[in-house]
Amino acid sequence: MTENTLSQQTLSAATPGNEPYLVVDNLTVRFPTADGVVQAVSDLSYSLEQGRTLGIVGESGSGKSVSSMAIMGLHDYKRTRMSGSIRVGGKEVVGLSNNQMQSIRGNDAAMIFQDPLTALHPFYSVGKQISEAYLAHHGVSKSKARAKAIEMLDRVGIPQARNRVDDYPHQFSGGMRQRAMIAMALVNDPKLLIADEPTTALDVTVQAQILDLLQELQREFNSAIIIITHDLGVVAEMADEVLVMYAGRCVEHGPTKELLTHPEMPYTWGLLSSVPDVSADTDARLIPIAGNPPSLLDPPSGCAFHPRCAHRDKVPGDLCRTELPELLPGNRGPEHLKRCHLADADSIYEAEVLPEIAPDLVEIVVADTIENGATAGDDQTTPEPR
Amino acid sequence: MFGYIIRRLITGLLVLVTVSIATFALFFYGPSDPALAYCPETRCNPARLETIRTTLGLDEPAAQQYGKYMKEIVTGGSFELGSISIDCPAPCLGVSFKFREPVREMLQERFPATLSIALGGAAIFLTVGVSLGILAARRRGTTADKGIVGASLIINAIPYYLLALLAYLFLISQWGIFPESGYFPPLEDGPIAWIKGMLLAWIILGLAYSTQYARFSRGSMIESLNEDYVRTARAKGLNERRVVMRHGLRAAIVPVVTIFGLDFAYLLAGTIFTERIFGIQGIGLTALDAIGNKDLPIISATVLISAAFIVVANIIVDVVYSVIDPRVRLT
Repeated sequence: MTENTLSQQTLSAATPGNEPYLVVDNLTVRFPTADGVVQAVSDLSYSLEQGRTLGIVGESGSGKSVSSMAIMGLHDYKRTRMSGSIRVGGKEVVGLSNNQMQSIRGNDAAMIFQDPLTALHPFYSVGKQISEAYLAHHGVSKSKARAKAIEMLDRVGIPQARNRVDDYPHQFSGGMRQRAMIAMALVNDPKLLIADEPTTALDVTVQAQILDLLQELQREFNSAIIIITHDLGVVAEMADEVLVMYAGRCVEHGPTKELLTHPEMPYTWGLLSSVPDVSADTDARLIPIAGNPPSLLDPPSGCAFHPRCAHRDKVPGDLCRTELPELLPGNRGPEHLKRCHLADADSIYEAEVLPEIAPDLVEIVVADTIENGATAGDDQTTPEPR
Repeated sequence: MFGYIIRRLITGLLVLVTVSIATFALFFYGPSDPALAYCPETRCNPARLETIRTTLGLDEPAAQQYGKYMKEIVTGGSFELGSISIDCPAPCLGVSFKFREPVREMLQERFPATLSIALGGAAIFLTVGVSLGILAARRRGTTADKGIVGASLIINAIPYYLLALLAYLFLISQWGIFPESGYFPPLEDGPIAWIKGMLLAWIILGLAYSTQYARFSRGSMIESLNEDYVRTARAKGLNERRVVMRHGLRAAIVPVVTIFGLDFAYLLAGTIFTERIFGIQGIGLTALDAIGNKDLPIISATVLISAAFIVVANIIVDVVYSVIDPRVRLT
């Protein structure tokens, strides 16, 4: 009964005007603990339309998973303080009870988790776990649900799905388990799919297959995808736009190509610098970001990145330490937002950071700049500094 | 799996042989003389003692007696005790020194009482213990959780015999809240009489054991509710009841099964305090009396049966494991 009335509400409240499918507005998530309040996510805002992919990037503990779990309402209500707004298909989910969330979870929004071995129940067959997800939102017979499970397993590329449907997760390989996980997430045709580091536990070749599969399924189902990762390669491959998180805040947000080629926030520079170059000299040293991620119990004042930032001296006064920069468009148009006090970030990047991380690219950029009459580099011709 | 069970049964048999040898050795090379127990104190003399020894077959070397004992388990035999001859069909566990009856038949007669205690007690402590454990795990840190854990520790700290004795003294003797306890065979005296006689014993046994099960299943449940697959279950949009019972409890119950298998075997082997205090004639009480009477056949039979229960319970637990957890393969 509740399920019916809820889905009706969802329908009647569906997407007023042309609001994007997912809207996160000033989301703040706090976990009160014995040691103090963990400021896991602060003032996070973004939106995502169907058929588009958002990559959320950041270190462990930067709030990327926490913010996505909030969309699914997966935090323990008793131990979490949430404010702000999350609208899924026009329906506000912040403040919904666990019961009210049930009709949204797995149905409107589904999630793929990092390690498919621990995320699948070891005691139930893969088919059973998929059909259980289907049955939770569809009043069909068990045999219909089982047929659906076989269809989904086949759809995600499990060979001989009919024979493998009764296998247990431990009888699947890592890649197959993640495919099964994807089948389970997509069984109810969710309009929003959150993939929390979907390829981290997989080896590289399988990783590529899984990413291809996700893209293919996205074209087919036209779902919105949030892909949470710390792998910039995955982001470059998958995402239409990128959101970089640091210490629970969005520090840079923009279209993928634009952001990866012209990053304007020193933390993003650090992320790009720390990607190892496969073709580089084996003697070449990795360039890590100095220092450690801050404690979210007591994040640094001002810009949370300032203790690790190599460029804070370029900002006049003590601004980085005393004042939190706002998330504002930089010099490169309204689409590209950054949270940084640096005035001419783009030129510092080209002059100081790029030569260090990709010396062979500098010449191209320089040549390109000259060709285009000293305007900022053109997106089409500037290779991604990967 | 079949081969596995056969192999386990064979090793189990070896365990039982070892146990029976140990019992015999303790009895014969220990400090007490069984014949002395059957020699009336006032008229005892060496000649009479010797006669008793011969009658009971205690004059033969221990090894020979053991061989005879083992053989009779398989073939049965007949015993000459003085003037009377007692027939003991296979599997023969000997004839009681004191009661001059085949031990197996005696124990068979007593077993339903012990089984009754074990079944009723286990039904209570499993349901109460595991439900309280689940409740405490889901409400971790709340007053309900602290209350359950605290009460469980307090009850656990009271020695079982004291708890049972006080319950008997006050609830039956003093205040008469519960009917007089005892074993009434349900098939003869009817189930009502059976339940009435067992009620307090079940409750006390169930209460004492449930504390351990509550804490154990609480811990196990907290662990499984934190597993990624429970989060997955929630993310699928399942209702909370299904998440907790089908996904959380299913995994949490595995370690509980292990201790339950062993606990139940111990209960079947005889609940000495319960039987003694509530006046229930079961295996435990029989064994206790036999030790007082230095009645070797009964002692070794009860020890052997207890060991057999534990061996079998272990095998059953392992088989059940493989049924619950598909990752476990018995080879």
